[in-house]
Amino acid sequence: MSQVAEAAVQTKEPLFSPKNRRLLTDPLDDNNPITIQVLGICSALAVTAQVKPSLVMALCVVFVCSVSNLLISLLRKGIPSRIRMIVQLVVIATMVTLVDQVLKAFVYDLSKELSVYIGLIITNCIIMGRLEAFAMGNKPWPAFLDGIGNGLGYGAILILVAVFREVFGAGTFLGYQVIPQFIYDLGYVNNGVMVTPAAAMFLIGIFIWIQRARKPQLVDIS
Amino acid sequence: MDLVNLFLQSAFIENMVLAYFLGMCSYLAVSKTVKTAFGLGLAVIFVLTITAPVNWLLYYGVLQEGALAWIHPSFATVDLTFLYFIAFIAVIASMVQLVEMIIERFSPSLYNSLGIFLPLITVNCSILGGSLFMVQREYVLSETVVYGLGAGFGFFLAIIAIAAIREKIRYSNVPAPLRGLGIAFIITGLMGIAFMSFMGIKL
Amino acid sequence: MALDTNSNAYTFGYAIIMTLIVAAALALTAMSLKPLQDKSIALDKKTQILNAVSPISDKGLIDGEYAKRIEEVVVDKSGKVVTGGTSAFDLEIKKEYRKKKAGSDYNLPVYIYKMDDGKKKFIMPLHGAGLWDEIWGYVALNDDFKTIHGATFDHKGETPGLGAEIKTDWFQGQFKGKSIVNKSGSFEFKILKGKGNPGLDKEPHKVDGISGATITADGVDDMLKKGYLSYVDYFKGVR
Repeated sequence: MSQVAEAAVQTKEPLFSPKNRRLLTDPLDDNNPITIQVLGICSALAVTAQVKPSLVMALCVVFVCSVSNLLISLLRKGIPSRIRMIVQLVVIATMVTLVDQVLKAFVYDLSKELSVYIGLIITNCIIMGRLEAFAMGNKPWPAFLDGIGNGLGYGAILILVAVFREVFGAGTFLGYQVIPQFIYDLGYVNNGVMVTPAAAMFLIGIFIWIQRARKPQLVDIS
Repeated sequence: MDLVNLFLQSAFIENMVLAYFLGMCSYLAVSKTVKTAFGLGLAVIFVLTITAPVNWLLYYGVLQEGALAWIHPSFATVDLTFLYFIAFIAVIASMVQLVEMIIERFSPSLYNSLGIFLPLITVNCSILGGSLFMVQREYVLSETVVYGLGAGFGFFLAIIAIAAIREKIRYSNVPAPLRGLGIAFIITGLMGIAFMSFMGIKL
Repeated sequence: MALDTNSNAYTFGYAIIMTLIVAAALALTAMSLKPLQDKSIALDKKTQILNAVSPISDKGLIDGEYAKRIEEVVVDKSGKVVTGGTSAFDLEIKKEYRKKKAGSDYNLPVYIYKMDDGKKKFIMPLHGAGLWDEIWGYVALNDDFKTIHGATFDHKGETPGLGAEIKTDWFQGQFKGKSIVNKSGSFEFKILKGKGNPGLDKEPHKVDGISGATITADGVDDMLKKGYLSYVDYFKGVR
């Protein structure tokens, strides 16, 4: 989990040095927050019944994760270690609440649409997990990239799970019917298990299987 | 008798992990052995039992509209409920920080094996979930205490159960890439489906 | 830096300063944005009330239409119309239900919608609990006080794609023309489990549910029943 912890020690390096680029690409596969780091599972189960909420959630997490990583990284030298969790969470929660208040005042419809996700974002362990594991020990720019990378890696799994769950659970994709009527007439029925969170567990389990079969170095010994 | 029912309901029918699928991250990550699972389970029981009533007092004593009227009548219209997320989270975070310090002092080995997932109890959704449910369902204080205890106990049971299964399954012939995390996901899914049979039971 | 970030004084100081900054920032935004937020919330509420009878897509027309169509009425617990006191629009059903639970007096709002042909639709506001958080809705009854003319539901935090489906047109549309009172005159209505139940068009008191969202659907059932029973005395009086 902390193999990248000491990433950016040098002072002078280009903005997109190979090391920094790896911060963006690693979480997409080799160090995926969901399948490898086991972070952010609850929200991955909650929103993936359909593709649209998964997209929204993924975007929100990319945004919140990168910005809070940046903020905490800027503050990291001053945070007293004994109350660091409180500081981290207060930063995240304040930010999310402020954004929500502003949206509520100016774009109420959007805020209503997003209100469901606020709780899920604040308690999303991805965000705090990255703050603890990365932002507390790294410079702002790498921390920002790490936030984006992990947000994207999380979003990728979310959308993948959601596609399966929506297509097989409801026969739709982004709300449009994709499984044609004649198949239903032949006796096909939507799979009821797919709409339950348990299906997301199975799907993620299978993704882990595929990923590790492809890359044996990731296989768990235990 | 109602309180006993509430305890059973929150521990089994509305099991945080297996019925509501909350608190999954630490549940999956820390369930490799029964020993660490036991430690985390106890920590969650402790934190939930304390934070639920504390947040209850905070919500009804400070945040709710009119709760501050005793300071000055003009405060009767002050409604701070929009702060409840932050307030709850701050209470939970301070409790977890306390637990972290205690565990570090008395059981360094457990502290090391829990790793990053100890601070992550803070964002364990089952804990915040407990506080939010107690507000939404308008429990009174005694119910809140029992509910927190029951929900924590439910988490404890669930994590011990999966840790035991994972310890046993190590001797089974699971395909190598599926070992560990992969099979844990699938087992949890199956356990969740099993727990669905509790749904609809009303005590 | 000579500053010891682990000393007690530093920790306390940090905590206090942080609390002050956060509190100030939040209080400031909350206070300064409150009027705008209240306006948006009021508009949203009016939209929902009107939607229970006939949807309006143009946001600019909501206020005018509301003023023209809706008559606000407040009824007390025995179903008598109350005048004076808090206006129906400002009554919070959540708080009134809490008073009801505590056994004290309470008032509830009713919105009466005047159709073009002079007929009236009675809109009952509802409030209840879903799986995660509050749910609420507005159900418009015809003047027989049995048949549903239309219904809107909304929620604060139901699962997207599952419980959140109560907001969708297909779910709300099914309520149209259904009846919530059976032949013997008492409340009867049920949201079934799952989607695609056969023969629903012959069942006046049943609608399809949402697969995977039984608890939210039960919440809708409960609030419909609770709502109807709180208004039944008032309806008897009007008839």
